[in-house]
Amino acid sequence: MAERDMNISDVSGGSALLQGVERGYVIFGIVAILVLLVAPFVIYPVFVMKVMCFALFALAFNLLLGYGGLLSFGHAAYYGSAAYITAHTVKEWGLTPELGLILGALTGAFLGLVFGWLAIRQAGIYFAMVTLAFAQMIYFFALQAPFTGGEDGIQAVPRGELFGVISLRPDLTLYYFILVIFLFGFYVVFRTVHSPFGQVLKAIRENEQRAISLGYRTDHYKLATFVLSATLSGLAGAATVFVFQLASLTYVHWQTSGEVVLMSLLGGMGTLLGPIVGAILVVTLQTYLAPFGAWITIILGAIFVVCVLTFREGIVGVVQKYLKKPL
Amino acid sequence: MLFDLLGVPPQALFAQLLLGLINGSFYALLSLGLALIFGMLNIINFAHGALYMMGAFVAWMMLHYLGIPFWPALILSPIIVAAFGMVLERTMLARLYHLDHLYGLLLTFGLALLIEGLFRQLYGVSGRVYPTPDILRGGQNLGFMFLPNYRAFVVVAALVVCFGVWYFIERTRIGSYLRAGTENPELLQAFGVNVPRMITLTYGLGVALAAFTGVLAAPIYQVHPLMGFHIIIIVFAVVVVGGLGSMLGAIVTGLMLGVVEGFTRLFYPEASATVIFIIMAIVLLLRPQGLFGRR
Repeated sequence: MAERDMNISDVSGGSALLQGVERGYVIFGIVAILVLLVAPFVIYPVFVMKVMCFALFALAFNLLLGYGGLLSFGHAAYYGSAAYITAHTVKEWGLTPELGLILGALTGAFLGLVFGWLAIRQAGIYFAMVTLAFAQMIYFFALQAPFTGGEDGIQAVPRGELFGVISLRPDLTLYYFILVIFLFGFYVVFRTVHSPFGQVLKAIRENEQRAISLGYRTDHYKLATFVLSATLSGLAGAATVFVFQLASLTYVHWQTSGEVVLMSLLGGMGTLLGPIVGAILVVTLQTYLAPFGAWITIILGAIFVVCVLTFREGIVGVVQKYLKKPL
Repeated sequence: MLFDLLGVPPQALFAQLLLGLINGSFYALLSLGLALIFGMLNIINFAHGALYMMGAFVAWMMLHYLGIPFWPALILSPIIVAAFGMVLERTMLARLYHLDHLYGLLLTFGLALLIEGLFRQLYGVSGRVYPTPDILRGGQNLGFMFLPNYRAFVVVAALVVCFGVWYFIERTRIGSYLRAGTENPELLQAFGVNVPRMITLTYGLGVALAAFTGVLAAPIYQVHPLMGFHIIIIVFAVVVVGGLGSMLGAIVTGLMLGVVEGFTRLFYPEASATVIFIIMAIVLLLRPQGLFGRR
């Protein structure tokens, strides 16, 4: 793992947008963006939007697990709380979408700060249990709090007018709004991973004691990553509200936390594109298996087991090894 | 009187105390199993809740399909589920011991989804009633409260099993091997003890405890495919509060938090579902290694 990450640092760095990035990556990026621009004319836009929201969520999660080495089993807390706040402020207070979105992301950031501050006191396996327990607390809060609508959730959230001008009601307009959010999130993760901050983070993941002895205050790095990850998860949750016009208990349920773990694992932990590939696969699976009830849970569980036993690098991890290039 | 001061009728107070003790003994049994497994395998068994559910379901299936009553089921169901658990350990968990602990958590999480999904597919989401065994029907009127016989039995049985396991590990020869294996498996292996087999048996014992808890819970709560997931998250919080270091710590913390939860249900019901998590946050703040934990 260490060697692979060294390559990443050779490839990038510097302050300009794409300075020092290999040409192959630039071409790939341009093609990917073109595909995303054309996608809604070919594929059902709501589906692609759902994929992008979950991909952003998984990217945020993987920042913490893949690069920070911290397994959070309760990321639904930040995703779902942000969704509730955005839905509530947009529907009841009549805020414009961008303000609701910002408030949602801030909710994620705030919760991430509080829970992260408590959780990083524990390492490894305890960290996972603590984050899961906090997320369950948020779930019960959402079940009981007056503004969340309990079992019904907050329904019929208006998509509203962006900046009070552009109506997001047509699926296509909303699609490009979500695309901008997704690309923004991806860019933030990309820059973080390839920054000096990201390098220190990887150093902590590989050997925390050594990083401490080199004079890094590792707890600060971990907390900053946790907050950033929670903020982006919040952004993803807030964006989802506009796609489905709904914030419900599913968003804060442990199963959502589990799904985002699976996306990362299946796509490839610690790779930039892995979570996106994982999100595409898991969301597709859910869409096609939706009529078959509990089979989704069974199949997701089976994929988990197979991945851990035989396929720990994930899809992108394997491709990466084959191409000998970090993805 | 004290009760008048608290503004709560004594019946309600003792009823909640009893319910708290019952939940607490379930937490104690489950966290004891988790601690056992963690000590030997270095794995947090996420599937513990699913195996607890399986314990209850196997008992229900025995009664429903074969007419096997509660008492044999209380012994047979843990044995069957433990055998299933040991197969899982041999075929899957054993391949992960050389890897990061996180993979064990991820694998057992996947197994939990798989098991619970299968039961949900087969039995739907509606709960199934498991009748209280005949001898333990009814209850005692203690004057200040009505004590249902079965509930009293559950608390006593759980405590007996908890302390039995504790005695077995702390005071017997096999238990001393087990503790040695927790400290230094290589050295124990060098002394001629079959460590891999001991690991399998330890996992089996932990799983049997979970299934036993499930059978005990069956007549109190309905038998339900999702009954395990809620309780396992609470037990994780219990484990963080108590620390995984000591068996006795797991037992005491489990009981204590069950009682605290019961009282919260009485005085401030809105917080009863979250109080254990709040206590966990406070413990993390003041004593990150847990009440009984060692660093």
